[in-house]
Amino acid sequence: MFEHMIGKRSEKVLNTVERGAVKKFAASIGDEHPVYLDPEYAKKSRFGKNIAPVTFPRVFDYGQIEALKLPKQGLIHGEQRFHYERPLFVGEDVYCYTEIKDYYEKTGSSGRMGFLVTENNGDDAEGNQIFSSTSVIIINEAVRKGMEEA
Amino acid sequence: MTSLANLQTGDSLEKIELSPVSRLDLIKYAGASGDFNPIHTIDEDAKKAGLPGIIAHGMWTMGNLAKLFTPYLEEGFVQDYIIRFAGMVFLDDVITLKAELAEKTDDVLTFNVAAENQKGKDVIKGSVNFKLHK
Repeated sequence: MFEHMIGKRSEKVLNTVERGAVKKFAASIGDEHPVYLDPEYAKKSRFGKNIAPVTFPRVFDYGQIEALKLPKQGLIHGEQRFHYERPLFVGEDVYCYTEIKDYYEKTGSSGRMGFLVTENNGDDAEGNQIFSSTSVIIINEAVRKGMEEA
Repeated sequence: MTSLANLQTGDSLEKIELSPVSRLDLIKYAGASGDFNPIHTIDEDAKKAGLPGIIAHGMWTMGNLAKLFTPYLEEGFVQDYIIRFAGMVFLDDVITLKAELAEKTDDVLTFNVAAENQKGKDVIKGSVNFKLHK
């Protein structure tokens, strides 16, 4: 169903690791450590700057892939991976885009399921990768059939 | 606090037990993450989607689990964090975060990590590669 979308990418979108957003995010997962929040602490730390929590890239805008339409309901987040070349620094600019990496179907006890693998990427201004974040989204049989008929 | 680099294979980090999951936790996460899927905050929408009630964002649980490593960020950083979502988290569930050192090289520590509910079932599980500073 999404096989023809494999390899498609969005245009890069400029995001900034905003201090206020990091603070709110850290609070929402109960991880309010000074390494994320306190500039004075950060200066003396190994990184020299505040960094963002590992799962923070969830908040970025990765742009839209043309013609990719996903249903609002019936999607299951099956797996999630983050890979970092280095931590994200508070205040830095990140160029984000998303790519469809794979799509496959499997038949299990609950019918024929679709598996959509998307990769969100964050690069620095020179185009070097800072992180990638890969999601496996499971599309259950009812939703899959509904989409095919639509 | 012990240093991560001194841990031996089979050693565990100190577990963290979270407060029972509250609606406000999920409303806060929705706002902070931008994920406003109503199955996480609005009862009627969760029921319409066939769920017994609202469920936590998988990424909320994953975000929480990573904080086991925050106290050690002077020693390195989380290079890889891989999670499979194995079960749903409901309101009032009590989630415990755990990590055990599975493998060790000169500069990378690989932990098996999981978040477990009050019934002893892992709701998310996976691994963390912690890269030590040279």
